[in-house]
Amino acid sequence: MRSTRRDRRQLLGMAYATPLAVIVGVFFLVPLALVMWMSLHDWPLLGEPTINLPANYTRIADNSLFVDAVWFTLTYTIIVTVVLFTAAFGLALLVQRHRPGVGLFRTAFFLPGAVGFATASLLFYGLLSRDLGPLNPILSALGIINKPVSWVSGSPNLALASSIGLVVWRFAGFNMLILLTGLQAIPEDVYEAATVDGAGRWQQFIRITVPLLRPTIALVLILMLTGSLLAFDQFYILTNGGPDNSTTSVVMVIVREAFTRFDLGSAAAVSVVVLATLIMFNVLQLQVLRRGDRPEDR
Amino acid sequence: MSAVTRSPGGRTGYYTTMTALAILFLFPLVWAGWASVKPTPGSGQQSGYGFGNFVALAHYGHGLPTYFLNSAVVAVMTVIGTLVVSVPAGYAFARFRFPGRDLLFLATLAILMVPYPTLLIPLYVLLGWLGLQNSLVGLALVLMMFQLPFAAFIMRNSFEAVPRELDEAAMLDGCSSFQVLTRILLHAVRPGIVTVALFAFLASWSDFVVPLILISSPDKSPLPVAVVNMQQRVFGSIDYAVLEAGVVVLALPCVLLFLILQRGYVRGFMSGSLRG
Repeated sequence: MRSTRRDRRQLLGMAYATPLAVIVGVFFLVPLALVMWMSLHDWPLLGEPTINLPANYTRIADNSLFVDAVWFTLTYTIIVTVVLFTAAFGLALLVQRHRPGVGLFRTAFFLPGAVGFATASLLFYGLLSRDLGPLNPILSALGIINKPVSWVSGSPNLALASSIGLVVWRFAGFNMLILLTGLQAIPEDVYEAATVDGAGRWQQFIRITVPLLRPTIALVLILMLTGSLLAFDQFYILTNGGPDNSTTSVVMVIVREAFTRFDLGSAAAVSVVVLATLIMFNVLQLQVLRRGDRPEDR
Repeated sequence: MSAVTRSPGGRTGYYTTMTALAILFLFPLVWAGWASVKPTPGSGQQSGYGFGNFVALAHYGHGLPTYFLNSAVVAVMTVIGTLVVSVPAGYAFARFRFPGRDLLFLATLAILMVPYPTLLIPLYVLLGWLGLQNSLVGLALVLMMFQLPFAAFIMRNSFEAVPRELDEAAMLDGCSSFQVLTRILLHAVRPGIVTVALFAFLASWSDFVVPLILISSPDKSPLPVAVVNMQQRVFGSIDYAVLEAGVVVLALPCVLLFLILQRGYVRGFMSGSLRG
């Protein structure tokens, strides 16, 4: 009698979880297997696929656009992670304490995060334009520039800087919020004890805040690094990969292989390489994170 | 941390810095709104302030109402689909033991580990096989799948936070497990539902890459893809003012919804990252 009741509970649980299992199976696990299968084939956008192992993979190394895109994406990732982390951490420290009006400041910093990233990219496309944008008039009124600058297409460096400005504006508040939850989980009395022991603010920051915040910092860094390695919207919309393909990211190459060159097999092979790299990267990060969590390693 | 900010001079300095930063962050949003209604030579709004750019946008391509409706339909389908899948799944994870439970939860979370652009190429082919290529339903299903790790996680935590005594009392009163869910637990997990729905709406309303790849006919484009197409249509003579009108139409629902439901968003966020 008891065991039949347990069987019934098991079946009920499985029934409630079935919709999730179906969606995860059909729209996640099947595509995951399919992308590997496709990468072994010459798979045109229209027409029958034929096996061509390992041509899709050997061709990746010869694809100069891809090789350039890898270097660009890595450079971009390092720069944007440093800038974005500094901005988000700075903001989190500024809004950490409860005081009048701090909620309004948090909302103001976060609000760009509610807007879609593509929307934000379009906004900046107008904001930084020479025709309509307010930046050139403001900067020349202040005497910082003496002729209008083409921010998004003037030079590779300007295009990169424009994209970084966009990303910091859109994501600083979001990451601030994650860091803030970590900061608020540090008990107040730890700081009080340190103050009694005569530790200054800088010492408290280095000795207490940073070590206790390590898991949160690691989470934020994983999110930033993964997001930047997969950058697409900002370069597709804001800089259109230019000037001269200088801001073409890895994901842009995947989309281009598939829908400009109509070569889905090649796009799948690049996807598999990106996938494998990022999974290894994430596993590595998680291990570093876990090791930091074990008390005997502290 | 307090020595400097407690002095009157320090407090003024703090509020000056913070106000300047807040203006910096709000400026682009305010500017987009202003640029869409201000007079701009050669745009839909030649002289005086008005909504000429929005009128021009309304007549662009298949018309703003078409794109707006496409986005709205996709967003509503994604929100409903995400809730229909994640609420019972959260209930199952929190209250039932069954074979494969932990494996399913891990497989769902693994969606976060896999870079989403790399799944779009096979999804494009798969949707073709299912007859869902170039369809808003297919688009909503894919967007929903990307919401599920977060949604299932939040819903599981929400159900776990409800005391089990509540279910047990209802069971003793003769409620079935489904009645326990609909009559009692749904009220208790409402904050979680609001958070999941808000996240799903913000993500699906604004997503650009997924429809860019999965939708091929212009009359089925959601708003972000349509506005980007407008931007890239004519090189050299882009009507920036109409573009900013498009940005306003895209951004306004998100900003308003966020301001109204801010508490739910932040609460869900805290529970998500703290208990992780």
